[in-house]
Amino acid sequence: MSVSDFQPVIGLEVHAQLLTRSKIFCGCSTEFGAPPNAHTCAVCLGMPGVLPVLNEKVVEYAVRVGRALECRINPVSIWARKNYFYPDLPKGYQISQYDQPLCEHGVLEIDTEDGPRRVRIRRIHLEEDAGKNVHDAGGGESLVDLNRSGVPLVEIVSEPDIRSSTEAAEYLKALRDVLVYLGVNDGNLEEGSFRCDANVSVMRKGSSQYGQRVELKNINSFRFVQKAIDYEIGRQVELIESGGKVAQETRLFDAVRGETRSMRSKEEAHDYRYFPEPDLPPLRIPEGYVERIERALPELPRARLHRFTASYGLPAYDAKILVGDRALADLFEKVQSAYGGPAKKLANWFTGELLRLLKEENAELGALRFSPEQFAGLLKMVDAGELSNNAGKDVFAEMFRSGRPPGDIARERGLVQVQDSGAVEAAVDAVLAANPGEVEKYRAGKKQVFGFLVGQVMKAMKGKGNPALVNAALKAKLGD
Amino acid sequence: MELTELSMLALGEKLGSGEASSVEAVRASLDRIERLDGKVKAFLHVDRAGALVQAEAADRRRKDGRRAGPLDGVPVGLKDLFLTEGLPTTAGSRILEGFIAPYDGTVVKLLRAAGTPILGKLNMDEFAMGSSTENSAYFPTRNPWNLETSPGGSSGGSAAAVAARMVYGALGTDTGGSIRQPAALTGTVGLKPTYGRVSRFGVVAFASSLDQVGPMTRNVRDCAALLQAIAVPDPCDSTSAPLKAPDYLAEIEAGVKGMRLGLPREYLELPGMDAEVRAAVEGATRALERLGATLVPVSLPHTRYALATYYLVAPAEASSNLARYDGVRYGLRAGDVKNLLAMYGRTRDQGFGLEVKRRIMLGTYALSAGYYDAYYLKAQKVRTLIKQDFVEAFRSVDAVLAPTSPTPAFRIGEKVSDPLAMYLNDVFTLPCNLAGLPGLSLPCGFTRAGLPIGLQILGRPWDEARVLRIARAFEREHDFDRRSPPLGAG
Repeated sequence: MSVSDFQPVIGLEVHAQLLTRSKIFCGCSTEFGAPPNAHTCAVCLGMPGVLPVLNEKVVEYAVRVGRALECRINPVSIWARKNYFYPDLPKGYQISQYDQPLCEHGVLEIDTEDGPRRVRIRRIHLEEDAGKNVHDAGGGESLVDLNRSGVPLVEIVSEPDIRSSTEAAEYLKALRDVLVYLGVNDGNLEEGSFRCDANVSVMRKGSSQYGQRVELKNINSFRFVQKAIDYEIGRQVELIESGGKVAQETRLFDAVRGETRSMRSKEEAHDYRYFPEPDLPPLRIPEGYVERIERALPELPRARLHRFTASYGLPAYDAKILVGDRALADLFEKVQSAYGGPAKKLANWFTGELLRLLKEENAELGALRFSPEQFAGLLKMVDAGELSNNAGKDVFAEMFRSGRPPGDIARERGLVQVQDSGAVEAAVDAVLAANPGEVEKYRAGKKQVFGFLVGQVMKAMKGKGNPALVNAALKAKLGD
Repeated sequence: MELTELSMLALGEKLGSGEASSVEAVRASLDRIERLDGKVKAFLHVDRAGALVQAEAADRRRKDGRRAGPLDGVPVGLKDLFLTEGLPTTAGSRILEGFIAPYDGTVVKLLRAAGTPILGKLNMDEFAMGSSTENSAYFPTRNPWNLETSPGGSSGGSAAAVAARMVYGALGTDTGGSIRQPAALTGTVGLKPTYGRVSRFGVVAFASSLDQVGPMTRNVRDCAALLQAIAVPDPCDSTSAPLKAPDYLAEIEAGVKGMRLGLPREYLELPGMDAEVRAAVEGATRALERLGATLVPVSLPHTRYALATYYLVAPAEASSNLARYDGVRYGLRAGDVKNLLAMYGRTRDQGFGLEVKRRIMLGTYALSAGYYDAYYLKAQKVRTLIKQDFVEAFRSVDAVLAPTSPTPAFRIGEKVSDPLAMYLNDVFTLPCNLAGLPGLSLPCGFTRAGLPIGLQILGRPWDEARVLRIARAFEREHDFDRRSPPLGAG
């Protein structure tokens, strides 16, 4: 027996921060990176006597997520208190949703080796984030930063429909893309605005009885998701094969050692003593609200991917790169609409030049200096032969840095190719007249000389001759 | 007549006409506190300087012709559960000893807007858990009518201060009777408004679905005026109803002629009911009948489950509300601890009193996995039945009459070691909180030993105006509001 005799069963729980400007139950800013405890008030510090007031924007964002994932939006959902003690949890309880969440019964389609698969979403609920404990701050003390306390989160819980670590990574990427497209999350795993826990179990292939599941925590990159799940699958299979039993527990992924280790057993599991939050009335969604949000939903990544391959005729590879970043795909569509030429050609400029420069210059797509029209204009110049492909790349780089019109850059740098056939012919005549010996050799069959003659013409034209025109004129004059 | 003998509205009139100044009124109160509070022990903190500054401001407003309202310049006291910026707020607990509130709660802001100088913070059972003020971590308050007895609780400091004329009026909170029971035991008027009528923002929470802020005064008209000042919808409290309060004084003198008043069978049949209390309450109902009301027997069959229901719901919510007192951010933190768990344990062990610990344990248990359905959920269902009892009763009556407390003031120390006996003191007041109704207690007689007895009037939701009107009709025909406790000159 080995891993291949077992079927992994995986369900994922994703906590995604909602990009509202203020917190879920008070007016404090949600901005990342402020000095510790700068974005706090009596409410998110859990002072005596404070009460929560719901930020309506949070509901709007969550309904967007819910409908994008084809969930049913419950007309009435209930706030609940999740009780536990921890210094980063000021009230000693987290306001969350338990029995009746805002969204239920959704689906997210992902690509697997066996084609597309619809992973069912069990529920999406709203809750507030906790703060952050800072250990080893010196003096043997731990410090608490409550800037994040009260930042709005959605918890998105999948059904155990995922069957491999690769699929788990696919699911997370697809989910992140959706959230980023919806404009409700920045998709940043490292800063913790998109966090993932995994429930992993294994069963013998052909069995219909799920194995004991284990909860994995602390998975904060796509790479780690796969590593953590693979490690855990291996651990469970080994355990079962050696006659052991998988225990119900929560395990922590250690990224440095690439392994999971037990955090708490079933016996040590928290009893959160959930009960309905008496400080907040049930959340009621007014009639027509969901429909209004739904109408304003943007095109989602999978639909866009389909359109990029179907109507632009792009290869799946290019389409995926472009659609993988909403801003990149938006820019592509704008440039393409101004350009009107072959989409694949534009895609090459995007995947080649643009992405390379963005990376080299450490620039943001949102802060480009040039306009889509300028980008299209540059491509048209190349297509018309006014710029060589290489000169075009130079002009693009300059345009990227300065935002000046491509025509101005090309002229200033003397990169515009001579299109006047009279001027080309005159230069060819002059070169042929000056090199009778070479012409003789060519006519005698030494065809390599042609390259030399082209070089001489280009030199005479200071490199601005259109290579196609030069070639054609030379061949005509040489009698080919 | 001394200024301190005046009611809030009477003093307000004198301030308006310039016959007296707010500074004089505050000084008179401070003098009286100085003389009497050594015996009564109503105050946890007296804000001498702050009250005088506010009084000066009130006097300036009057001179400038910008009086804020009928209570501008009338000094009041606050139960020490209300957060008051820059002043200590202890909730009667060691765990908040030295805690200075960083903000004013909504009702405190409203009082400041109404112009009432705040004389100080009044004693209470720790976190409002108790019926005698003996659960204060600091000292018990004494009943001005007999210093050997308790003023009731948890708003016992507020009730005693009003009864002893040390303040003209006060605010209390009522989770299971904490305004009405001490009002009954001290011969004062106390009103618990409909749940949602008055903001809870800035009030230390005990049981969020039951807590309600209310006025404690010397008479019914003052009660209406003080309620008027605080009954304002608050966007900071999601359970505050967006309803504009009516003018509570407008029809307060209109009498009870034609009203139907319910007498719940179950209430007067309670075993352990004091005979003098029963006689006084029955006398009061007959008085209202003579004034033109019709008495109608009603049934509130689920009343007998109210106590059990309350002692599941309230502790459950309290166990969660009191989790924030963990020593991390404010209040007491136990020293000399080796790790986080020890810090939590020692801080809460040292900071909380016995009754608070008892209720945290009760509530934690009631919410625990495996017990939730049997206790908390069941209690919520019974709560719905209790509510329905009242809905049914209010189909045939305009208000319900009942005793406030089954006994008059009891001796300090008499019940403190027997929690169940203490809990039983609240049997008549608990259903009102569970149902979210308005309830008022006013004096309706005295025992032979000279202790006050309270009559309770329960109204339909949002119907405080009618409750006040009934109370006023009774009060007008008697002199109970004009009697003062025998405190001597101090």
